[in-house]
Amino acid sequence: MTAGNRTLWLLIPAVLLIGVCFLYPVSWLLQRSVSEPVWGLQNYATIFSRSIYLGVLWNTITIAGVTTVLCALIGFPVAYSMVHARPRIRKLLIFVVLIPFWTSILVRSFAWLVILQRGGIINDILTGIGLIAEPMDLVYNRFGVLLGMVQVLLPFMVFPLYAVMARIDGSFFRAATNLGATPVRAFFRVYLPLCLPGLGTGAMLVFIVALGYFITPALLGGRGDIMIAQLIFERIDEFGDWPLASALAIVLLVGTGLLFAIIKGVSKLRRGRI
Amino acid sequence: MFYSAKFWGALRGVINVMLVVYMLAPLVIIFVISFSSALYLTFPPPGLSLQWYEKMFSNPTWTRTLVTSLKIMVPAAIVATVLGTAAALALSRMESKWALVIRAVLMAPLVVPVIITAAAIFGVFRIWGLYGSLSGLILAHVILTLPYVLSTVSANLAVFDKRLEDAAANCGAPPWTAFRRVTLPLISPSVMSGMLFAMVISFDELVVSLFLSTPRVRPVTVQMWSNIKGDTDPTIAAIATVLFLFSLLALLADGLARRRSGREPGL
Repeated sequence: MTAGNRTLWLLIPAVLLIGVCFLYPVSWLLQRSVSEPVWGLQNYATIFSRSIYLGVLWNTITIAGVTTVLCALIGFPVAYSMVHARPRIRKLLIFVVLIPFWTSILVRSFAWLVILQRGGIINDILTGIGLIAEPMDLVYNRFGVLLGMVQVLLPFMVFPLYAVMARIDGSFFRAATNLGATPVRAFFRVYLPLCLPGLGTGAMLVFIVALGYFITPALLGGRGDIMIAQLIFERIDEFGDWPLASALAIVLLVGTGLLFAIIKGVSKLRRGRI
Repeated sequence: MFYSAKFWGALRGVINVMLVVYMLAPLVIIFVISFSSALYLTFPPPGLSLQWYEKMFSNPTWTRTLVTSLKIMVPAAIVATVLGTAAALALSRMESKWALVIRAVLMAPLVVPVIITAAAIFGVFRIWGLYGSLSGLILAHVILTLPYVLSTVSANLAVFDKRLEDAAANCGAPPWTAFRRVTLPLISPSVMSGMLFAMVISFDELVVSLFLSTPRVRPVTVQMWSNIKGDTDPTIAAIATVLFLFSLLALLADGLARRRSGREPGL
């Protein structure tokens, strides 16, 4: 008997628990989505033909997409600054990026709500100094959702980028400029391509996690910003509409799974090439 | 200008300050408001007082839900830590190809959007009679937190020198003694990290709890959720501050554990 087999029993409790309380429930959901009211794909047909559901799918993809772009635009300089900071400052910055990550989404969304509402701090300050006459709508709309989501998801972009940038040899950039490239050209032709693996991983992570977001859009968004997770919750909570809710959940699951498969495939390709 | 070190240094400074403001300002403001003497959410507060903390601790709705959260968190974190560590040990010793598959399955609750896990568990637990019960919530939280323990302990085991354990065995230590006296002390910082992670995730969890809880068994996050949707007074800021400080303490404790084991801070 090898050492590996002797400790195999240690796996049993965890595997049993995940099997019974996770894999089985998810397969139960899949079954309900294709078996009610009758066997068939009618629930999926409903989702992909009715404009309200298509609208929510579109919202989900666009909000996740814009969040990803914003995270990349903010995450890039942040990661760059982290790599080039002194060790003490770098530790502090990592800590600062991790705090929202560890704090409850509920607490963070509530904090934004207090700051952004019509009688909130930002509107108070802006009307106080006379910059605007009327309070602005900063929350219960797309702006609020994006502000909240980018704050939460930024670590998923910053850490992969940081890992890649920390390994880039600064002499490449200097070589390009010494050979006559303008700094802008050297950045786009040398530095940015070297960062692409980190940027790609970060973007995929942000996008995938954003697709399933529920609390932030529910608290900071309006009726026009409903994402798929919120729709699933409402369908079950308010209408007990399991067939449609489970079909929506499976659509989200398949979408997420496909994107993960793409990440895996790309990273395998990249490893194979080097 | 592009070549001037001063320009780049200043630019990085601006970026750093903006990052700190974006990440921390909302939390700091909530923290300050929770000590406000005003009767509504206003900033800066006209004066300081502890009235909202008094209100929170004298209101049975908040104390009961806080206790419920702890009653879920403690058992869930312990079970997740034991099962996750055991699974990590077994997987690190497995040589078959199945190890990858089993690991992927155990990590799945982390990858699958939590709304799906929540809906699925809710549907099945209702049939099994676990809906609205403490044990149902604990089980669900174990599912959500186990992947965090598994991945932190596995990362530690990947750099763990297995020859130390072999040496103990060669010196005549039975397997359990070798594990208890050699392996466990060496991986204990990551086990601690994993448990802290599990505690924070469970204490802050809302989505699954929203599905599984009833007015009788209700964690504090669900209570907060239903209050935010109604009208809000600074009591919620006090609750939010309690939750935030809990996370911050856990993050600091984790940093300490990592420093002692010489690992970099990270996710």
